[in-house]
Amino acid sequence: MGQIEIITANTAAAIAAKLCRVQVISAYPITPQTPVTEELAAMVESGDLKAEYITVESEHSALASVVAASQVGARVFTATSANGLLYMHEMLHWAAGSRVPIVMACVNRGVGAPWTILNDQQDTIAQRDTGWIQMYCRNSQEVIDTMIQAYRIAEQIQIPIMVCYDGFILSHASTPVDVPFQDEVDRFLPSLEDRSGIDGKTPMNVNPLILSDPRPDANGVLMPGYMEFRYRLQQDILGSLEAIQSVDSEFQDTFGRSWGGSVWGYHMDDAEHAIVSMGSLASECTVAVDQLRSEGIKAGVVGVRVYRPFPSSQIVELLSGVRTATFFEKDVSYGYQGALAMDAKAAMYESKSRPEISSYVVGLGGRDVRPEQLAEATLKCVKGPVQHCWLNVSG
Amino acid sequence: MATTSVKQLPKTEMILPGTRSCAGCGLMLTYRHALKALDEGKTIVAVPASCMTVLHGVYPITPVKVVCINNPFAATGAAASGIVAGLKATGKSDYTVVAFAGDGGTYDIGIQALSGALERGVNFIYICYDNEGYMNTGTQRSSASPLGAVTSTTPILSKLQHKKDMIRIVEAHDLPYIATGSPAFPFDLFDKVKYAKDVLGSRYIEVHAPCPPGWGFPNKDLVKMGKLAVESGIHVLFEIREGRFSLTSRSLAMAKKGRKMNVSDYIKGQTRFKKISGAHLAQLQEFTDKKWNESLERHFRDNP
Amino acid sequence: MSKNSTPIRTVSTPAEGEAGKTGDWRSQTPKIDHEKCSQKDSCLLCWLYCPDGVISATFPLEINLTYCKGCGICAEECPRKAIEMVDDK
Repeated sequence: MGQIEIITANTAAAIAAKLCRVQVISAYPITPQTPVTEELAAMVESGDLKAEYITVESEHSALASVVAASQVGARVFTATSANGLLYMHEMLHWAAGSRVPIVMACVNRGVGAPWTILNDQQDTIAQRDTGWIQMYCRNSQEVIDTMIQAYRIAEQIQIPIMVCYDGFILSHASTPVDVPFQDEVDRFLPSLEDRSGIDGKTPMNVNPLILSDPRPDANGVLMPGYMEFRYRLQQDILGSLEAIQSVDSEFQDTFGRSWGGSVWGYHMDDAEHAIVSMGSLASECTVAVDQLRSEGIKAGVVGVRVYRPFPSSQIVELLSGVRTATFFEKDVSYGYQGALAMDAKAAMYESKSRPEISSYVVGLGGRDVRPEQLAEATLKCVKGPVQHCWLNVSG
Repeated sequence: MATTSVKQLPKTEMILPGTRSCAGCGLMLTYRHALKALDEGKTIVAVPASCMTVLHGVYPITPVKVVCINNPFAATGAAASGIVAGLKATGKSDYTVVAFAGDGGTYDIGIQALSGALERGVNFIYICYDNEGYMNTGTQRSSASPLGAVTSTTPILSKLQHKKDMIRIVEAHDLPYIATGSPAFPFDLFDKVKYAKDVLGSRYIEVHAPCPPGWGFPNKDLVKMGKLAVESGIHVLFEIREGRFSLTSRSLAMAKKGRKMNVSDYIKGQTRFKKISGAHLAQLQEFTDKKWNESLERHFRDNP
Repeated sequence: MSKNSTPIRTVSTPAEGEAGKTGDWRSQTPKIDHEKCSQKDSCLLCWLYCPDGVISATFPLEINLTYCKGCGICAEECPRKAIEMVDDK
């Protein structure tokens, strides 16, 4: 147990960065992430957090500077939203290719044009192929806990992590959060081992030009080509599901809370109808399930906490016994459908007992979506599959 | 103490032979002497995608005996900021961080990150090796290309605008040390990098680095071309210490003797200017004279 | 972590000849006339201006022809005309 505080998810993220004793912070303000940058700046200026804070002039520079700081051995943090994240796009690939254990808070917001400052998850979903791990949180408690877990995971497997949480719905809503004590976090997350190799004696060229094929070093030892490094990244990110699970278990042993590793279930033990979703929307789906259960429908929620790497086998296992699975998500791959539904359907292809799958795009740019609407939409799918619908939209 | 003889220069080479840079490369000569002025083992270089990437070699070998961290094209100022912060945060504070970018990475795509770093006063040296075009991608126009130069993206009309005055932009950030240099004047270059090493805050050095294939002159004429640039006033050698402007080396000698060659003497040996019109040449001469006179004025005002 | 033998990060280490024996690039080879260049009054301008640093700073002067790219700057800058660029056959 820690200290109960009434805080927003943004404050939770800032406190988590401090608890993790980050050494370099670099961020550029953007709604709704802004309070994270302000609160951390205040902590650094007051001396509460001993860290270097780089007040960069853009998100591209924010990520470029934390990549470089991480490369010379520092534990680093940054945060962004929406167009800021898109502006980082080049650096996202660079960070993953550099294999630096960055943790970044991504406060989900719809992307322009036209401008919206309100929530959906198009921003992070659009960055799913950059080689980062993506974790989606359903409340502020999960934000603080996931941030702490993320540093353990990232530093273990040397892959950067986005900790995603919904703008305004979580970022600006105050709720009670059990803030872990510093000494417990210190035991869970030891200080970062400096793997930079910078020792005043060893010259090196980090992230040089590389050939497609292996090339011998000066001693004639054949060293890998570009594709081998990409394959290594792919293997390690796929393998990280195991680390994510074990870090979550260990977190539970220390702090008494588990977030289900990569996927969590709600009333899935006897569920005949599953609702699948991510982030705060998945949390809202649990309310819809309560309503459906009160109406005699055996419904449950599959909450996807880790979207990359995609927890295929966990999702297939949870859905293999149900009759229907209804997806709700706040993103779309234009010209096709929701990304989560697409990925889950691909995962289900190998399964012998596939449920009937329906999918909805909801809540883009902050469009309100209420539990009873989710319940009603699910009910429709119980009666027969609904192919890729947009909920609560006219046109 | 100014370096006045070859004997005073360190003999250790930080760049091992057999590099990928072109024969007669102005950047190579610049980098060779700049690294002599920096401390072995205590220098970390930040490099964007550029000829410098090529010079630093293909995995798993590098010819350069420094710690070099590559970064995306637009990110040099930010990456250097991160290196400085990361070193400080991890107690490795006795390193000199040197960003080394071309004119593309400085004048154009990297100007935002550079301006950010300079405005924050990041403790590093930024060296721009200006070869007046995007040479690594094959001689395209940059905002550092001079008026009248044919480039592969100004192939018929040649460049219609004057070179951007990057020094004025940099100076607007109020830096403790700004200098220009040339590989044709290695003592001057060495002294400036060495001086910059011990200045606290953001330091900016711009080196005019002639490029034989990009400018169209024989490899053997690299030093000659660098000298002609200075002697014609196209490139002025100076330093600005805490706002005090002083001409140095050949430019200082020219100021004292009142001699300057014509721009036509400089451009005649370069095929990029072979189509220059009379009007353009006159404009280039006028532009060069104006800048030279401004330099003279500042020098004698600050050094009465 | 995976059993993959590829290193996690791409890091090069220093060695000469990164681009191979760049002496192969030459079409002309510098030849030093040691009569014209002697230790007591020599200037080392060739060493100073060699972009690739392949000329010795000790006497008698030696040029590392394994890597000399044959740019000809040394011959051009030598005030005593002690270096001549000779066409390779």
